[in-house]
Amino acid sequence: MKVIDDAVIENVSILAKLELSEDEKVQAKLDMEKMLEYIDQLDELDTEGIEPVIHIFPMENVFREDVVTNGDMREMILANAPEEKSGMFVVPQTFA
Amino acid sequence: MKILDHTAVELSERIRQGEIKVAEALEAVFAQIDAREKELHCYVTLMRENAWEQADLIQAGIDAGNLTGPLAGVPVAVKDNMCTEGIRTTCSSKILEHFVPGYSATAVEKLRAAGAVIIGKTNMDEFAMGSTTETSYFGVTKNPHHTGYVPGGSSGGSAAAVAAKECFAALGSDTGGSVRQPASHCGVVGMKPTYGTVSRYGLIAYGSSLDQIGPLAKDVRDCATILEILAGRDDKDSTSVDREQMIPGKDGVKSGEALCAGNDFTKALQEDVQGMRIGIPRDYLKDGLDPEVRTAVLTAAEVLGQKGAFVEEFDLGLVKYAIPAYYTIASAEASSNLERFDGIKYGYRAAEAGDLHAMYKKTRAQGFGVEVKRRILLGSFVLSSGYYDAYYLKALRVKALIKKVFDEAFAKYDVILGPVAPTTAPKLGESLSDPLKMYLSDIYTISANLTGMPGISVPCGEDKAGLPIGLQLIGDCFQEKKILRAAYTYEQAIKADAGSQNGRG
Repeated sequence: MKVIDDAVIENVSILAKLELSEDEKVQAKLDMEKMLEYIDQLDELDTEGIEPVIHIFPMENVFREDVVTNGDMREMILANAPEEKSGMFVVPQTFA
Repeated sequence: MKILDHTAVELSERIRQGEIKVAEALEAVFAQIDAREKELHCYVTLMRENAWEQADLIQAGIDAGNLTGPLAGVPVAVKDNMCTEGIRTTCSSKILEHFVPGYSATAVEKLRAAGAVIIGKTNMDEFAMGSTTETSYFGVTKNPHHTGYVPGGSSGGSAAAVAAKECFAALGSDTGGSVRQPASHCGVVGMKPTYGTVSRYGLIAYGSSLDQIGPLAKDVRDCATILEILAGRDDKDSTSVDREQMIPGKDGVKSGEALCAGNDFTKALQEDVQGMRIGIPRDYLKDGLDPEVRTAVLTAAEVLGQKGAFVEEFDLGLVKYAIPAYYTIASAEASSNLERFDGIKYGYRAAEAGDLHAMYKKTRAQGFGVEVKRRILLGSFVLSSGYYDAYYLKALRVKALIKKVFDEAFAKYDVILGPVAPTTAPKLGESLSDPLKMYLSDIYTISANLTGMPGISVPCGEDKAGLPIGLQLIGDCFQEKKILRAAYTYEQAIKADAGSQNGRG
């Protein structure tokens, strides 16, 4: 069984951009251990030489001309912003 | 016949013949919503005013002879993870509580172009993560057949709304069974088409390689009719496919099957399963399957046998590996897709959160619910350096193996028949305490998502408590018409049987 230690939870919460309370960290550890133990069943299968499949159908890059089809949606888009100033998105301080 | 008792196709026919006005249909459906919605909570957002405006335009279009399609004038609902221009779209999440999209999903546009009246956005599990609609930020939806039970999920609001006649049909999305399973639990017909059949443009992504939009409807005819309207290649979704142009032996269509691949799904509504080969995976009938569900499903198989299909049980294999492979892949894709919710351009932002990085973490911590966070964390883990090969790539390799066992099965059979879910709808509040147990209930539906195959859920009886049971028919990729034909044949046989029994009584 995989043991998920505090360092793993810390790292994953950084990757996931989620702030976890101490209680949530404990719960996340338990949940993840239980789920990974279950997922480890996959190791019973020999997948040597099997190519990983992302898309079921053969897909290639599809190229096309970059044509503008939508109109001006500036107001609509800005209306959804949590904070907006002079037609721009306001973000918190990014460096000290 | 009361307006609400019509199927979508019947209603549109009567509207187009001038026997019913669009406004009357809308009035009937809103009266039903007034009567039942408080108890059931199928909708996150009702679009009353907007619907009345649409109704006037659509009535005018019908009167002018411009709207002649089979859905013209029909009030329908849309799951709240599909963007609707100017109408808030929440994914049943706090993080999108006030989000108003500037454009509509292609599927929504197609419904509108067909003259359907969109009346509201239905409740769902948050970001479609869940099997009961209980993870919604806006509260649970109740099963119309018994309000002590869940409607299934994640498209639980859509399924319940159709079952409660709070709309005539609805759109759902299916990433691991989220159309078929609630359809089964609510006693309606639900279908997930082959991956790529319906454009995902404007569908807020959960697991992009698995997500498909599908109809929830009162019967198989409505289901095929709606799918025919939705299907088609869309330049805005590069994974959507042009089924009309497929080349046999390539593009995922097997040789000799090209004629089946087109979008004319209603042509498959024929009572004819003569010589159709139907396989029942023995692995689907084993431990964990409720005996009442088992009996109902096997009885349905017998009906198809009596209609001339060749039905037998067989060993599919690898069934138990589908769930761990699925949850690895779906969580990985979810963790990536949900990165966009960062509190900058739209959605919830945590107040006074400090610097940018702290704001991201607080916004997401406060904006997402427990199940969504659980999957984002798991997904971030399986994609992280040092675990990527062992978990994520391993799951993608197992997916290849699962695809192979289904390819072998479809070399022998036209259709795979089985249950939709191991049990009928669980009681409210029973599922969330043990997520793994909830995941296990997806066992019969997730393979169709992993392999891209179409599946349909058709009502096939009810249990002692009066809760509906669903029959699932799975087809090979692009073979919707086979499962539609089998589903239609079954439905007609059951109707005829019920009719003759009523006649005797």
